[in-house]
Amino acid sequence: MLIFVAAVFVNNIVLAQFLGICPFLGVSKKVETAVGMSAAVAFVMTIATLVTFLMQKYVLNPMHLEFMQTISFILIIAALVQMVEIILKKVSPALYQALGVFLPLITTNCTILGVAIIVIQKNFDLPTALVYAVSTAVGFGLALILFSGIREQLNLTKIPQSMAGTPVALIVAGILAMAFMGFAGIVK
Amino acid sequence: MKSNYLKTFTNGILNENPVFVLLLGMCPTLGTTSSGPNGMAMGLATMFVLTCSNVVISSLKNLIPDQVRIPAFIVVIATFVTVVQMCMEAYVPALYASLGLFIPLIVVNCIVLGRAEAFAAKNGIFSSMLDGLGIGAGFTLALTLLGSVRELLGTGKLFNKVIYPEHFGSLIFVLAPGAFIALGYLIVIVNKLKSKSKK
Repeated sequence: MLIFVAAVFVNNIVLAQFLGICPFLGVSKKVETAVGMSAAVAFVMTIATLVTFLMQKYVLNPMHLEFMQTISFILIIAALVQMVEIILKKVSPALYQALGVFLPLITTNCTILGVAIIVIQKNFDLPTALVYAVSTAVGFGLALILFSGIREQLNLTKIPQSMAGTPVALIVAGILAMAFMGFAGIVK
Repeated sequence: MKSNYLKTFTNGILNENPVFVLLLGMCPTLGTTSSGPNGMAMGLATMFVLTCSNVVISSLKNLIPDQVRIPAFIVVIATFVTVVQMCMEAYVPALYASLGLFIPLIVVNCIVLGRAEAFAAKNGIFSSMLDGLGIGAGFTLALTLLGSVRELLGTGKLFNKVIYPEHFGSLIFVLAPGAFIALGYLIVIVNKLKSKSKK
């Protein structure tokens, strides 16, 4: 529970740790796509954390191949994303329709690799790691959906020309991050 | 031909500056720029990976089948990232500790894969190298600038030299929200300058 609150609010992956900024800025123009993206991320992140965790524990550590961590993790994630895509297409076409476009984008989403590495660095055990992965994904979704809601409103307002688009989005993100800082101190 | 090479190089610094214009690689840009030196170190690490992977990929481009090129690129990039990671851990452990997670995350930096796909896979070895150097230099410049601005506003120091006393600085610029806001305003300035120079 503590981990959950900490990961969702206090150490929000996007606004406090700066991971996953690319999708955060890229797909946050509409609430709809934001929801789809965060669902896809949650899905892949949980599976990827599970697999990379087992990989580290049972393959890399016993064989002293820790320096292969980066290479093996990114390949696992890339393969997983591909696999999830194929399975989804077969098993649940409806879900595939909803998430389809976002899946390939996830490979280059640093949150997935980031969480996999954080879990190893902090020496979590398996249940903790899974809870951490899920709650980080929830935090990502929360930030993304909130932000996309704000951006939809922003489109309706008048903004100086050189500020329109990304700059104003970044400044809004900064203010949102400030709001999230208010949660600091809940969990020590 | 010579001016063409020069153009490839400066293109990355000015016209296609990865941070201010292409808006790629935002995660390390925001995450590692809490001070000038940190930003510069991250920029240089990325520049090294970018140049090496560009050279290797452009020399292998005829050997790699088209269908598996993305995984192949990623393996090449991940190899160089591991090299950087181990070198930094061995020679500059303090820097390694402060950049931490973001070193392995160079792998998923969109700039590196983006340039491999968009430039190195189509061009010769030498111009790919220049492209890597140019984009890397642009990235380093942007990161150093953003890092210095945040360091100056946040702590009153510039590259660890005191400019004004620390208690006048606002801590917010060193923390997360300041990163977003500082980058936002830097892009505004760049846009403004660009629209002025067009007139």
